[in-house]
Amino acid sequence: MSDHIAKLAPVGEPLLSVRSLSVEFGRGEGAFRAVKNISFDVQPGKTLAVVGESGSGKSVTSLAIMRLTDYTGGRITTGEVIFRPSKGETLDLVTAPDNRLRAIRGNDIAMIFQEPMTSLNPVFTIGNQIAETLTLHEGLNARDALSRAKALLQKVRLPDAATLLDRYPHQLSGGMRQRVMIAMALACNPKLLIADEPTTALDVTIQAQILNIIRDLQQEMGTAVIFITHDMGVVAEMADDVVVMWKGEKVEEAPVRQIFAAPEHPYTRALLSAVPRLGSMTGQPLPKRTPVMVIEDGAPKQIGDTHIQDTADYTRPPILEVEKLTTRFDVGKTFFGRVTHKVHAVEEVSFEIFPGETLALVGESGSGKSTIGRTLQQLIEPTSGTVRFNGRDMGSMNPADRRKLKQEIQYIFQDPFASLDPRHTIGFSIAEPIVVHSLLDDRKAIDRRVQELLEQVGLLPQHAKRYPHEFSGGQRQRVCIARALASNPKLIIADESVSALDVSIQAQIVNLLMELQQQKQLSYLFITHDMAVVEKISHRVAVMYLGQIVEIGTRQAVFENPQHSYTRKLLAAVPIADPARERAKRLIEGEIPSAVRAVGQEPLVHRIREVEPGHWVAIEAEALRGAA
Amino acid sequence: MAAAEGARGTRWQFTSMELVAGLVLTGTMTLAVLFSPILFPDGGESMDLTARLIPPFQSSAHLLGTDPLGRDVLARVVVGGKISLMVGVLSVIGAVILGTLVGLIAGYYRGIAEILLMRFADIQLALPFILIAIMFLAILGTGIDKVIFFMIVAQWVQYARLVRGSVLALRDREFILSARAIGVGNVRIIAQHILPNVLGPIVILMTLNVANNILLESSLTFFGLGVDPLIPSWGGMLADGRTYLQSAWWVSVFPGLAIMFTVLGLNLLGDWLRDSLDPTGQTGQ
Repeated sequence: MSDHIAKLAPVGEPLLSVRSLSVEFGRGEGAFRAVKNISFDVQPGKTLAVVGESGSGKSVTSLAIMRLTDYTGGRITTGEVIFRPSKGETLDLVTAPDNRLRAIRGNDIAMIFQEPMTSLNPVFTIGNQIAETLTLHEGLNARDALSRAKALLQKVRLPDAATLLDRYPHQLSGGMRQRVMIAMALACNPKLLIADEPTTALDVTIQAQILNIIRDLQQEMGTAVIFITHDMGVVAEMADDVVVMWKGEKVEEAPVRQIFAAPEHPYTRALLSAVPRLGSMTGQPLPKRTPVMVIEDGAPKQIGDTHIQDTADYTRPPILEVEKLTTRFDVGKTFFGRVTHKVHAVEEVSFEIFPGETLALVGESGSGKSTIGRTLQQLIEPTSGTVRFNGRDMGSMNPADRRKLKQEIQYIFQDPFASLDPRHTIGFSIAEPIVVHSLLDDRKAIDRRVQELLEQVGLLPQHAKRYPHEFSGGQRQRVCIARALASNPKLIIADESVSALDVSIQAQIVNLLMELQQQKQLSYLFITHDMAVVEKISHRVAVMYLGQIVEIGTRQAVFENPQHSYTRKLLAAVPIADPARERAKRLIEGEIPSAVRAVGQEPLVHRIREVEPGHWVAIEAEALRGAA
Repeated sequence: MAAAEGARGTRWQFTSMELVAGLVLTGTMTLAVLFSPILFPDGGESMDLTARLIPPFQSSAHLLGTDPLGRDVLARVVVGGKISLMVGVLSVIGAVILGTLVGLIAGYYRGIAEILLMRFADIQLALPFILIAIMFLAILGTGIDKVIFFMIVAQWVQYARLVRGSVLALRDREFILSARAIGVGNVRIIAQHILPNVLGPIVILMTLNVANNILLESSLTFFGLGVDPLIPSWGGMLADGRTYLQSAWWVSVFPGLAIMFTVLGLNLLGDWLRDSLDPTGQTGQ
C-alpha cells in the first residue's frame, strides 16, 4: 500500500489540506458559526475519520470542503481548502470558480450520504443514474457508460448487476441502495471520497458488509476517504487518523490508536467513556449501572453511581406472558380484494417478563421486534396467540380493562421529537395519561405531579411550559420517559428508545432507565438492534430473526455462549471501539430475507431446544428445511 | 442557538405588525358597517339626478363622488359592506365547520364513511357551479340566507378534501400513535391532536375564500340569483360601475378598494393566526 501512495503524490504532501476553515449560517446578529477554525490534512489513500455528536459541525465541514454549503445557506468566512490532485495544479476550493468546482465534484472528490433513498432520484433507473455521472465527467456515450455502470455494480459486489441496471431505487433494499451510491461515487475514480454517516441508517450486518466494501475498494483504488461518523466503533474499524469535533471546533487530532489508547482532550475522554463496548460485561451475571463522564463548564465530571441491577424478581409469577403470538399483515390483493400475500411479521413467539426484569428483544429491521411491542400495547391486533398480563388473558378482557392495560403498560418510541405533539407544551403531553385515565382530577394536583415527573427524569419543573422543539434530543427523550411514567406503569416497552441519541446522551438515558427500574421495580421490554446497549441494560435477551425468536436466555448465556448462527453473526457484525483488536476477516454476506409470503406458504416454526437451564435455541437444520 | 433566537425575535416583530395592520383594516371596515345606520340613515339609497356622476373629492356632501343615479358612493360603500361581509364571512365559517367535520371523520376513521363522503364530494365537484346555483336558488328562491346557505353547500368540499388530506398524513405520525399507546380515545385524539395540527392550512384557505365569496355574491346578484339588486353590496356596485369605467372610474373603484382592504386585512389576520397557532414558529409547511 505504501508504494501505492508514492505513486499518487510526493511523500508527505497531503491530498487535501483544510486550514482554519470557518462556516457561518445567517447574517448579522443572528449569525451562527457552525464550524470554527478547523484545520486538518488528508493523506492520499488514507482514511480520516471526523467524529462528533449532533451539532458538532462535522457534516457542515464535509459540505464546506465541496463548497456545497453555498446551497444550504452557509458561508465560508475564513480559511482555505487546498486540494492537490496528482495531475493538474493545486487549487483552493474556497476561492475556485463554480465551473472548476463542478468539474471536481463527483470526479475528483465524490460524496456518499447517510440516507441512500433520498440521495437517489426515484424516477430514474439505477443504470441511468450511474451512467449520468460517467457521461458528464468522462464524456462516455450511453452504451459505454452503461457497461461501465454494470462493472461498477459488480465492483460493489451487487449480485446480478445486469438486471439491477433497469431497476428503480425503491425496488432495492437499503443496503443495496447504499452500494449503488458507493458505485456512483467511485464511478470516476475519485481521489477523495467523503462519506457522511454512510452506514448509520443500515442494519449491523449490512453495515459490516458496506464497511468491508469501502475498505477493500479504497485499497484497490488508492482513494483517500473522509469518514464522517458519530460511531466510535466504526472509527476504530475504518480510520487511520481521527479528528474529534465538538461544538464546531476541532478538539483533538491524532492517529486512531492514540485516540483510543490515550485521549487527551476531556471531551474525547468523555465520548470514549460513554461508548458501550461489546464484551465489557463478560463474566458479570447482572446488568450494571456505571457513572457517565460529562463535560460541565469545560471540565469533565462523573455523574451517577455504580449499581448492580439486581431488580429482577424471579420468585414472583411473570408480569407478562406471551404465548405463540402471531401477527400477520395483508399485503397484495387481487382485483376482487382476495389477499394473495401476507407479511409474517411475528410467528408463534413465546416469552415472559418478570417483575423488575429487562428483557431485550434484539433483531434487525423486519425481524418483527417492533410488531411485538406494538401488539402488546394494543396498537396492532394479533392474528393469534395469547398475551397474559399479571395472569389475565388480554384477549378475553372487556374494553374497560383493555384501556386500563394501556395505563399499566407504556411505550417509548424511537424518535422523541416525532412522538410528541408539536402543538402542545410538554406539560400537556406529560399530563395526558393522567387526564385520560382520570388518575387525578384536580388541575393543581396534576401540575404538581407533572413537575415531580420532570424532576424524576432530570429536567426542571419550569420546563413544563415549553414546546418540544425547544429541547435537545436527549431532553426530549427524557420528556417521553416522564410521560411514560405518568400513569405509574408496571411495564415499559422501549422501542429503540436510545438508538437515535448521541452516545453520551444515550449513556445517560440508559442510566436513567436503570435507575427508574430500581426505584419503581419496573419491567422493561427493551427493543433494539444495538447489541452493545443490550449487553449493558438487560437481564435476559431474546434474538429475533424473521418473526421468530431464534435464541433466548440470560444475557450472559447469549453473549458469552451464543448457540444460533444468526446470534453469532449479529455479534460479529458489531463494530468494536478498539482499533488494536485484530480485525477478524468477517464473512457476512447476503441480505435479510423478506417476511412476505404467498397465502398458503406458511413459514416453518422452529423447534427449540434448551442448551442450558433457561437458554433456548432454535434448531437450525429445520429452519433451513423450512426456508428451502 | 443564537441564530434561532435572533430569527424568532424578528419573526415575532413581523407577525405582530401583521396583527396590527390586519386589525386596523378589518376593524375599520367592521366598525363602519356596524355604525352605517347612524352615519348614513338613508341607507345610501336617496337619489339626486341633478348630482349625477360627481367625481370624488370635489363636493363635501359627496366625498367619494356619486353614481349615475346621483347616489353617494361613500354611503353605498359603507352600507354595501354589510351584505358583502355577512355573505363572505358567514358562508366561509359555515363551509369550514361542515367541511372540517367531514374531512376529520373521513380521514381519521377511513373505511366506508370515507368512501361515501369523499365520493359524494367528488360528484359535487364535478357539477358546474353556475348550473347548480341556478337550480338551487330557483327552487329555494333568492335572499341573503339562501345565498349563504348555497355557498356553504358549494364550498364545504374544498375544506373536506384539504382536511382529509392533512389528517391522512397526520394519523400515521408517531405522536398520534403514542397518544393511542397511552390510551387516549378517538374523540380526544381528533380534538386535541389532529385538529390543532390541521388548522394552519384551513385558516389560509378561509381568508382566501372570503374575498372569493364577496365577488361570488356579486356574480349571483348579476344573474338575478343573489340578494335584491336594489340593496347595495360591494359586488353589486362593481357590476353596476362596469359600464361607466371609462367615464366615471370612482363608481366601481371605491367598492373595489373596500373589497381589497378587507381581504388584505383578513389575510394578514389569517397569517398571524396561523403563525401564532404554530408554536415552532415555522410557517408555510
